[in-house]
Amino acid sequence: MARQNDSYSSLETFQSRIQIALWFVMICLFILFFRFFWLQVVKHTKYSTASESNRIAIITTQSQRGLIIDRNGIVIARNFPSYSLEITPAGVNQPIEELVTSLNTVIKISNKDRQNFYRSLQGAKKTESIALRNFLNDEEVARFMSRRYAFPGVEVQVRYFREYPYQELGAHLIGYTGRVSQKDREKLLAELEESSDETNSDELRPIKIKGIQQVGKIGLEQSYEKELRGTLGYSQVEITAGGRVVRNLSSTAPIAGSNLSLAVDIKLQYLMEHLYSKRRGAAVVIEVSTGDVLAFVSMPTYNPNAFIDGIDADLWKKLNDSPEKPLFNRPLRGTYPPGSTFKPFMALAALEGKFRTPEQGISDPGYFKFGNTTFRDDAVNGHGFVNMRQSIAVSCDTYYYILARDMGINAISAFMKDLGFGQISGIDINGEVRGILPSKEWKKAYYSDPSKQAWGEGDTISIGIGQGYNSYTILQLAQATAIIANQGVVMRPHLVKMIEDPITHQKSLTVPSETTRLNIKKENLAVITDGMIGVNQSGTGRVPFAGVKYPVAGKTGTAQVFSLGGKQYNAGAISEFKRDHALYIAFAPADKPKYALALVVENAGFGATAAAPIARQTLDYLMLNTWPEGVPAWKTAP
Amino acid sequence: MENRSVVKRLSFLWQGLDPSLAIILLCLVVVGNITFLSASSGTVVSWVEQSRNLATALIIMWVTSRIPIKWLEKISLWVYLVGVALLVAVAIFGLIKKGARRWLNIGVVIQPSEIMKIAMPMMLAWYFHKKDGMVKLQDFFVAFCLLLLPIFLIARQPDLGTAILVFAAGFYVILFAGFPWKFVLPFAVIALLGIVLIVIFGDAICAKGVTWPLLKSYQQHRVCTLLDPSSDPLGKGFHTLQSMIAIGSGGLFGKGWMKGTQTHLEFIPEKHTDFIFAVYSEEFGLFGNLVLIILFFLLIQRGLQIAASAPNLYSRLLGGSVTLIFFTYAFVNMAMVSGLLPVVGVPLPFISYGGTALTTLGFGVGILMSINRGRRLIQT
Repeated sequence: MARQNDSYSSLETFQSRIQIALWFVMICLFILFFRFFWLQVVKHTKYSTASESNRIAIITTQSQRGLIIDRNGIVIARNFPSYSLEITPAGVNQPIEELVTSLNTVIKISNKDRQNFYRSLQGAKKTESIALRNFLNDEEVARFMSRRYAFPGVEVQVRYFREYPYQELGAHLIGYTGRVSQKDREKLLAELEESSDETNSDELRPIKIKGIQQVGKIGLEQSYEKELRGTLGYSQVEITAGGRVVRNLSSTAPIAGSNLSLAVDIKLQYLMEHLYSKRRGAAVVIEVSTGDVLAFVSMPTYNPNAFIDGIDADLWKKLNDSPEKPLFNRPLRGTYPPGSTFKPFMALAALEGKFRTPEQGISDPGYFKFGNTTFRDDAVNGHGFVNMRQSIAVSCDTYYYILARDMGINAISAFMKDLGFGQISGIDINGEVRGILPSKEWKKAYYSDPSKQAWGEGDTISIGIGQGYNSYTILQLAQATAIIANQGVVMRPHLVKMIEDPITHQKSLTVPSETTRLNIKKENLAVITDGMIGVNQSGTGRVPFAGVKYPVAGKTGTAQVFSLGGKQYNAGAISEFKRDHALYIAFAPADKPKYALALVVENAGFGATAAAPIARQTLDYLMLNTWPEGVPAWKTAP
Repeated sequence: MENRSVVKRLSFLWQGLDPSLAIILLCLVVVGNITFLSASSGTVVSWVEQSRNLATALIIMWVTSRIPIKWLEKISLWVYLVGVALLVAVAIFGLIKKGARRWLNIGVVIQPSEIMKIAMPMMLAWYFHKKDGMVKLQDFFVAFCLLLLPIFLIARQPDLGTAILVFAAGFYVILFAGFPWKFVLPFAVIALLGIVLIVIFGDAICAKGVTWPLLKSYQQHRVCTLLDPSSDPLGKGFHTLQSMIAIGSGGLFGKGWMKGTQTHLEFIPEKHTDFIFAVYSEEFGLFGNLVLIILFFLLIQRGLQIAASAPNLYSRLLGGSVTLIFFTYAFVNMAMVSGLLPVVGVPLPFISYGGTALTTLGFGVGILMSINRGRRLIQT
């Protein structure tokens, strides 16, 4: 049937063209065959020489990782050269396991070294040199060199390793580097793939990352990995069949990574870590006008040097299993109820929302009844008449129970959101958590059980004193304090201030220039500041701040970790980890704020006794440059 | 007796599968798989994946061979329109990777330009079939417009390699439909002259600072490195140089399976995808290459034979174009790996790793088988 539609002429044309196509195909295939004949027979000798004796390989040269330097020029992360025993599988003429065993008779190779080596070997290219053992001493190098002839494919090479001269100091903010893992490699590849750099051809990409031995695993080392790493150098070399380099054909020099100039003052960090002594907690100090983070304390801490060459399993287990959680980055990832440190913010919310005037007060009987529940004040018999300023100074719970009820949760959470509570601050280190800014929507989303989803009015009451569902990071608390100290101007907190180009030595600011200005009235801020000055003059902070020589605004906080169910609090009787957290926020000088801080001492009891003294000594150092007794003097590492 | 009845009952499975096509294909797949084992040397996972891709392609081939060619004819226009619509969607919402906007996320990530490799010849074959018996010169003009619209969209992604392949697929249909030679020849002569000029004056036009009109800088770079691979030994010229060493050092009979030092020492990039031929050629030598060339020739010869004896114009044009596309893939790939053509991302049919290309190829062979089956059904 189909044939009937066909015209004879088109069929004829088609068949003649099929003939032509077949001829065309034959000619092309013949050209191909001739090409192969040319390469494989005529030029065979040339190419086989090229392939057999002079294999061209590309080897990479490490780039120097950028230094991390504190705001005063003290180097806190640097590099040191060390000898590594490395194996290039392409050059090895026996099974690798046997080689490792016989090498062990010359240089001690631990199980950990073996594990690391075999892990790196998987997926690595055969021409790639892989470290079997790092940090050889001179004697070991000499012993190997005298027997080097017996181990083709094995070399001693100089590698640069990261070193943290101040050990545990600031470990959580600096982070550490470690051996590049398969996952890191994939990430590096993806990163190169994303970049539109024309020189990133498909075949160069794996080469560009293969020489990367160490990458930042956590902290600033990880967040600024790209800047710190620099660019690997690579050279085209001729290698023998055994994998040894015969001659260098061309090379591109590596470009060192950029140096990071921190906003952090490492000496201040040192002081504060000492002030915590054996206690757990977190502290953040912010320079209010810039958002510079001067100190970023997470206690207890750990020694990042232990991670450089792969941490040893026992130590890892010990660090990981410790109830003290030394690996936990508390200011970034720990969330705490703010306790009474929340009150100044509540008071400000009340003024801004016109729920209160500063002089409006209550008569505090020592408790607040809401429905069938009695919310108690610390002062059993109450504080008597308190207005807003006094409510902050003496930390009157009843005032804030009533305030919270009058404001309602919507007004509270809307205001606190602007101050950054429960929000990502955008600090320049990966892994920040949000915490919880309680709201009706939050609760609905949080509980899967519908009976728990509705917001009860009772839920609002304890929000007023920084308890209940409130849960924030110390970074957020410090940031909120900095915002009120800075008259409502929001500066993004940052640990790195400048990046220094390794070649031009040009420094570029990383500090964000854009700021948000919250619409907060100056006179309202003055009321809050007044109340917070009162805390340290006559209120809950008067003992630790006795005789202070500069105006300082503060607020103590004691956060319940564990609900007592109305029973009397007895610190000794409950387990240590269930005791209250002590908190403190402050800014100074109160009249022209320069520094803001927030800190928590975990399970330490009252904010006034455990947290405020740390704040006092920190501020004394910042304002008056007095070094507290009992803290060993700062020594710059050699 | 028992056995025979089982064979009989299962015979529908291979009924209509052209035996010679099937045997050639089987040989290619075996060659490909053996080479792939060597190229992936030990990394079992990707070999398993490749075998899975092959199985998928064979299933697609089998299913397609069962589809009456009439059905394909009916959907041709729609496949084309959907293909073009997807290309427009890519231009608007496409994902950008390595600076090119080629992919579309519709739950799974697809590359619509791949669809055009089959949709294009289907569309043009359908168009000429409609006009059968009274094809006029202006019909060729319309056909070129239909062809150039998707080409334009693909070329600006940019994806020059695919654009060329899709153009070839459509152009074959136009040629088979009887496009007068007098229009083809001048272009051929100009192209030939251009190539000769580039070869002669290569040094001058590839000098630093010289930019070519119409071409992007990376395209210029590719042409220049082809002229002199050693001009950029660490960059674009690296793999051409290395694959030429691999092929050349293979000699007459090769270094033996799994023994290609050049390829096993990781000097060949993309050695299991676009450059797999370098592995094959190094290990099996000129003799192996001859076997492969003959296999491809037999495949093409059989395909053209099927096309020539197809019952209607649609099947003829489609069959001819699909067959020549196989040839184009094979030729361009081998020519590029041996340094005859610039490096464009074209896989070696049935041998290179990659699911999408295999699927398209399986579909293509299926079409040929279906055309062949259609002929036989009419004869009986």
